[in-house]
Amino acid sequence: MKKLLTALTLVVAAFSAQAQSVPDVKIKNMEGATVSTNTIANDGKPMIISFWATWCKPCIKELETINEVYADWREQTGVKLVIVSIDDARTTSSVAPFLNAKGWEYESYLDVNSDFRRAMNVNMVPHTFLLNGKREVLDQHTSFAPGDEDKLFEKVKAAAGK
Amino acid sequence: MAKKTVKAAFVAAVLGFAGSASAQTPTMPFEVHGNFQLDAQYYLKDSLIGAPEVPESILSNGFGNIVVSRDKFSAGIRYESYLNPMLGFDSRYKGSGITYRYATYTADELEVTLGNFYDQFGSGLIFRSYEERNLGIDNAMDGLRVKYNPHPGVYLKGVIGEQRFFFDKGPGIVRGVDGEVSLSEAIQSWAEHKTRITIGASAVSKYQKAEDPIYKIPNNVLAWSARTTINRGGWRVYGEYALKSNDPSLENASIAFPSGIYKNGYGAYFNTTYTKKGLGVSVSAKHIDNMSFRSDRSATGNVLSINYLPALTKQQTYRLATLYPYASQAKGEAAFQTELFYNFKKGSALGGTNGTYVSINYSKSANLDTTGTNNGLGYSTNVTDTWSNLFTDFAASRYFEEVSFEIQKKVNKDLKVILNYIYTVYDQNLTGEGKDTVTAHTAIAEFQYKINKTHSIRTELQHLYTLSDRGNWALGLVEYSVSPSWFFAFFDEYNYGNEDADKRIHFWNASMGYTRGANRVAVAYGKQRQGLLCVGGVCRNVPASNGFSIAITSSF
Repeated sequence: MKKLLTALTLVVAAFSAQAQSVPDVKIKNMEGATVSTNTIANDGKPMIISFWATWCKPCIKELETINEVYADWREQTGVKLVIVSIDDARTTSSVAPFLNAKGWEYESYLDVNSDFRRAMNVNMVPHTFLLNGKREVLDQHTSFAPGDEDKLFEKVKAAAGK
Repeated sequence: MAKKTVKAAFVAAVLGFAGSASAQTPTMPFEVHGNFQLDAQYYLKDSLIGAPEVPESILSNGFGNIVVSRDKFSAGIRYESYLNPMLGFDSRYKGSGITYRYATYTADELEVTLGNFYDQFGSGLIFRSYEERNLGIDNAMDGLRVKYNPHPGVYLKGVIGEQRFFFDKGPGIVRGVDGEVSLSEAIQSWAEHKTRITIGASAVSKYQKAEDPIYKIPNNVLAWSARTTINRGGWRVYGEYALKSNDPSLENASIAFPSGIYKNGYGAYFNTTYTKKGLGVSVSAKHIDNMSFRSDRSATGNVLSINYLPALTKQQTYRLATLYPYASQAKGEAAFQTELFYNFKKGSALGGTNGTYVSINYSKSANLDTTGTNNGLGYSTNVTDTWSNLFTDFAASRYFEEVSFEIQKKVNKDLKVILNYIYTVYDQNLTGEGKDTVTAHTAIAEFQYKINKTHSIRTELQHLYTLSDRGNWALGLVEYSVSPSWFFAFFDEYNYGNEDADKRIHFWNASMGYTRGANRVAVAYGKQRQGLLCVGGVCRNVPASNGFSIAITSSF
């Protein structure tokens, strides 16, 4: 067992320097159609992928906070925020009603079986990834506190070359 | 020994493949990513709150995943360690080892997975393998899965395997097939239709050798289901119907029927939602009878479940609102839930300058109508229930009923207020905690205030009023956070209304944490009350504890 773990650690060390790309996993869009995560893109501009759930209060706080400045963000950098709900069979039916009541304009997906979540190694929500125009992960962050959105936007601007 | 050799060979194969592939194409090496989580607690004995003495003093749960991927291929392992399992987790978790390993590849329309996987058919009424690490639930399949996409909008899936049972596997074999067709994608002339229809069907069969000396128990149990989703404009309707052949088991056994009952199972789930900008409504109903489905007929609790029966209740998050939670009753249940979300626009009479958000939830779960039966089972054994009984069942009794009302109001750019009122009726017989039915009124006020660009403060005031069980509770919480890294929190949960003056205890807790990127470390010290911790409609009993705890999570 020890040898095994040592071998694994070496492999991890050898490869961990490279940028993470978005794994290709099947999730559902809000119309219930199956989509490949490979198709989630933003025309070479930066993109944010945020994992959330209807029962996750910090997630909602994060999305609500960004919503107030989102129009500005888009105008200045062209960034797109993609939200992925990890609600399971119990609460997934509330996602669309909740989003519509909130009036958020984010591109939204459902990851009912947590396939995308596992592929992105998300332990807990909120977990937010910033991707560059080549869909490589530049930065990731877990949890949310007011003010985090300003730091995220600084990174978005850097990624957009602004 | 044999198992270890297999594991070593598997990892060696993955690593060997990684090495050779990256050597051939150095420009596109494999990617390696993963995550890690550790929870540990130092326990102090506290006989007043009922916290037992822990001989080990320190208990911990931890795991790490490593995923190697490239293009259409990925493989991974998870190492888990419970030395020894924390209080509230099943003691059978004791130990360490590799509990999950898989390899998967996609070749055009085909996807093959070898080893462990999680999956579900429809809403999970007859098949769902999943993990909920914080509850100690993991019924991962170990076997083979093939997904096939022969035509746009047509998705076929086949699974076969055994289910995880702590550091071992359950005795049964689970086999299943599922097909789903999205008509608007599959049929070209339907592509422009305003109505979008998806249909699906599945079958799952379980094999476990029967060795009952007296009764003839079926070796194979079959379950099947059909489902449909219809979308049009703001409307979405989902329905799923499932049947299961007779499956005598410990869960449907009684004194009169010690090996279980020979009755078919039935389940139906229905949900409809309507949405438009600023409004969302969801109505759900569920009716199940004898739908416990496990890969070991002698299993109970949160292990070896093949299917998943979602609880139709709101997932409460405020601490006192989780004092009386509900979990689905696989034996039999009729349940109904409706939710309404509405946003009063900015500038309207009720919206004010920043808008006002409200949500209302009503849910009720009832036992099946047992009128005229006296079989020691607590529900009808004579006939398998059908849709037609839903309303009589629903009206006959009450396991759980809840009404909750929430208002969120942004007062100005720095202050937000959230108010909640929750009315709960809960039958304590369900969890064996007590005999009475509890009626509770809970009121909660939360204030979020942004002090400056990086500093913010959040407070919660909660009060639960009840004449039964442990009486009234009050809770106060203060959380101070400094973006992007620090938080400090303190709360006191006070059972001031307990009839027994000695049990009017302050369950206080102080915590702080540091986050940087995807790494987070949090420490806490305090007392925790005994209670049910529920995620996704399944619950785990968390015993009372007193002590110091640490939680670390990380992703790379």
